[in-house]
Amino acid sequence: MYNKGTIITGLVIFVVLFTSPFVLGLVTSGPPPEPELTAKAKQAKQCVEVKEFMVESHMQLLDDWRNEAVREGKRTYVATDGKPYTVSLQNTCMECHSNKSKFCDQCHNYAGVDPYCWQCHIAPKEKS
Amino acid sequence: MERSRRSFLKLVGISTLGLGTLSAVDLLDKVDLRAQGFGPDPKALQGERWALVVDVEKLDEETTRKAIEACHLVHNVPHYEDYEEEIKWIWTDTYEHAFPGQEYDYLAEEVEERPFLLLCNHCSNPPCCRVCPTQATWQREDGVVMMDQHRCIGCRYCMAACPFGARSFNWKDPRTTYFKDKEPPNPRYPTRTKGVVEKCNLCAERLAEGSMPACVEAVKDTKAIVFGDLEDPHSEVRELLHEHFAIRRKPELGTSPNVYYIV
Repeated sequence: MYNKGTIITGLVIFVVLFTSPFVLGLVTSGPPPEPELTAKAKQAKQCVEVKEFMVESHMQLLDDWRNEAVREGKRTYVATDGKPYTVSLQNTCMECHSNKSKFCDQCHNYAGVDPYCWQCHIAPKEKS
Repeated sequence: MERSRRSFLKLVGISTLGLGTLSAVDLLDKVDLRAQGFGPDPKALQGERWALVVDVEKLDEETTRKAIEACHLVHNVPHYEDYEEEIKWIWTDTYEHAFPGQEYDYLAEEVEERPFLLLCNHCSNPPCCRVCPTQATWQREDGVVMMDQHRCIGCRYCMAACPFGARSFNWKDPRTTYFKDKEPPNPRYPTRTKGVVEKCNLCAERLAEGSMPACVEAVKDTKAIVFGDLEDPHSEVRELLHEHFAIRRKPELGTSPNVYYIV
């Protein structure tokens, strides 16, 4: 290989620069925050679907909820366990998860996502 | 290390394919909701062509105010003083403006001065829906001309297409202006955001749970606004239209409005 030294140094610099945001993120961000459950949510034991599913796919579920309710007019969701729920972020989800800042926001902030739900939907009042 | 260009490309191709398939399967797996499904509320009002019949004689100033207020409270409709920023779901205007072409020089003073209650006509042939590039507004099977605020890109084609001025554009974010210092009156219904068009939705969210539209409900005891299914021959609206002569706004445009005025 010609110019071995230069190429390898260049490669090392490239890899360090390229991965630096990820490394920095790992070092500075700390462990991910745990969503906090309200007493009401704890009492219900299970959300509309099992916890793992909700953690992983709540955004997909909410997207489907929105489309079915607004566009198809189907405002009742029958969950896997057969229990019916009213399809509404503002009235069903937030009734249990009334602590938006601790349940939604801290994870979203950590992950750097900014869902625009709350530009229109009204979040429940939190006791500060 | 000897490897021909050909075998290298093969290897790269196969690995890309493999990775791609893996992530595609992964994606499909996540989309599966596993639930038993969606359906309408059994209490929901069912109809094929919803209509409103407004009895102008019965709508005095007080009743009109009550109907408008009920709508605006239920839907968190802001009230801007500036005419150009006005948000209209249900409003009043004069006979001359509401029914152009049907006015004449010696119109009864009583009609000329009376404020007419106006709202989206939920036309059977809605021009607003035809022009919407994102299908953010469309006609439901029951005739309601619906708005999907999630999809609206604020192009305002629908406002240009609507001959009744039933649509309003949010020039400002209502949450940081009108509702800045006060709470939106109905915490169960969203507000809108800057840059979307809004209008009367015939209380689709109330029909879905079996209630009448808010304006109808508010003036129920006077029967000044009656709601019902035009396709149902025994509905109250059909009976009213059978017994009284009624007019519609700008019928000559062919949009076939579904709000009738008994004058």
